[in-house]
Amino acid sequence: MKTIKVMMRFPASQTDKPVTSYLVRDYNLVFNILQAQIHPGMRGELTMELTGSEEDLANGIAFLRGEHIEVVVVSRSIVWDCDSCVHCGACTAVCPSAALSLGSDGLLSFDESKCVLCELCVKSCPLSVMAVNYTEN
Amino acid sequence: MTRTFDEINDKIRRGQVAVFTAEEAVEMARECGVSEAARKIDVVTCATFGPMCSSGAFINFGHSDPRIRMTEITLNNVPASGGLAAVDTYMGATEQSRTEGMSYGGAHVIEDLIAGRPVTLRASSPGTDCYPRRSLEATLTLAELNQAYLYNPRNGYQNYPAATNSSGRALYTYMGTLLPDYGNVTYSTSGELSPLLKDPELRTIGIGTRVFLAGAQGYVAWQGTQYTRGHDAYEDGDDFNGATLAVIGDMKRMNPRYIRAAVFPRYGVTMFVGLGIPIPVLDEDLMDRLSRSNERIFTQLVDYSTGRLSRPTLGRVSYAQLRSGSINLAGRVVPTAPLSSLYMAREIAALLKQDVSRGEFLLQEPVEMLPVSHPMNPMAGVKEERLP
Repeated sequence: MKTIKVMMRFPASQTDKPVTSYLVRDYNLVFNILQAQIHPGMRGELTMELTGSEEDLANGIAFLRGEHIEVVVVSRSIVWDCDSCVHCGACTAVCPSAALSLGSDGLLSFDESKCVLCELCVKSCPLSVMAVNYTEN
Repeated sequence: MTRTFDEINDKIRRGQVAVFTAEEAVEMARECGVSEAARKIDVVTCATFGPMCSSGAFINFGHSDPRIRMTEITLNNVPASGGLAAVDTYMGATEQSRTEGMSYGGAHVIEDLIAGRPVTLRASSPGTDCYPRRSLEATLTLAELNQAYLYNPRNGYQNYPAATNSSGRALYTYMGTLLPDYGNVTYSTSGELSPLLKDPELRTIGIGTRVFLAGAQGYVAWQGTQYTRGHDAYEDGDDFNGATLAVIGDMKRMNPRYIRAAVFPRYGVTMFVGLGIPIPVLDEDLMDRLSRSNERIFTQLVDYSTGRLSRPTLGRVSYAQLRSGSINLAGRVVPTAPLSSLYMAREIAALLKQDVSRGEFLLQEPVEMLPVSHPMNPMAGVKEERLP
């Protein structure tokens, strides 16, 4: 079993099709929706985790592409907007891996290699300077 | 060794004043002793940059043609008070947007204005013979307003308890996210840089004291709301708490770097306010107070797991312990985190030091001292209610 993250871009004509249901029924995939912006009759975007065997994942993605849906395998990261940050330290209260820490100079630092992507900082930052970013692999 | 405000202001005007930030003054006293430090230092600059919910702005928009007496007012869809005269309002920092909820509020309107961004005013009125207009919409910038000044009813808290959570679920509070089962401790102060902790008896801070408020020169207008004077004696010194300040300052002279709208998740909108106060070293006693480092300044640790008025206190901790990044609590090492920015407080203290040294910021002796004792009572005439 393998878990990947995919970003799907729907053309306007496909926004009313329950494609995720087919992924479950026909390709044995388990999905977890991370971000969704779908407006019927308009372009839509859906980011989700898909779990399944290599073969089922490949077939499922091929099915989506056959439905004229753009599929991109992405990776998730936390981004810190340092310029807008006031270095209050509220995020360090919830960071479980000490990826976010305050130095003796009072400045916040973010060690991405320690980040476990829990997103608690995103939810706890009073100035919304921590964000989730999805990049295409 | 004694000094007066007048003597210090003369030195400032002559360019001969010795100004130290509160951290530098602590260091100086550690190196050469309190007496020597008192001789060497004329002014100590203190500062804080923390979330202060009790903040807001008075605004006068000028009259429209025909005139309107606004009773329903929004700025960028955030309700402002319609309870003042025709085109006056008070925009409270914690007020939330009618369309965006807690992601945008009064603090954001204030920040937008100070940053020079246009803000949309919508107002309505039943109309009167002298104010016949019933509605209007206008897009305005700070420069186009007749008056716009912050009047923050409660800023500069002398001391504030640190917060933790003994319950089994995360709590979303104005003290940040408190993780379950003593998962963390948060605190909000600049500690040894904080004005009312450095002049804890308020010998030099009172009505009329000139302050740095978000980049402008403002004033202490009054005692802050919920002002009280607390004083607990311990073997290693006294803990002071309870004093607060109401401060006023011209938004047109403010710098958006030193005032920032903020949102605490599942709590609401608040505002980081940059406040700086220069403290004159009048004598050795005051220098002794000013020399106190985070090792000698304490607060209480409070459990936020109860929704009741009275919260259990778990002990006394120093700001040096809190700043270290963890404390021992309930037999465990618990991470600690600030909510007030030390980095920004240092920047403001340094900026204020520069302004005083250059003769651009004179000290103002209080025109009236704040009361040495003042009660703070719970709400009267209200029945106790069970928590759900």
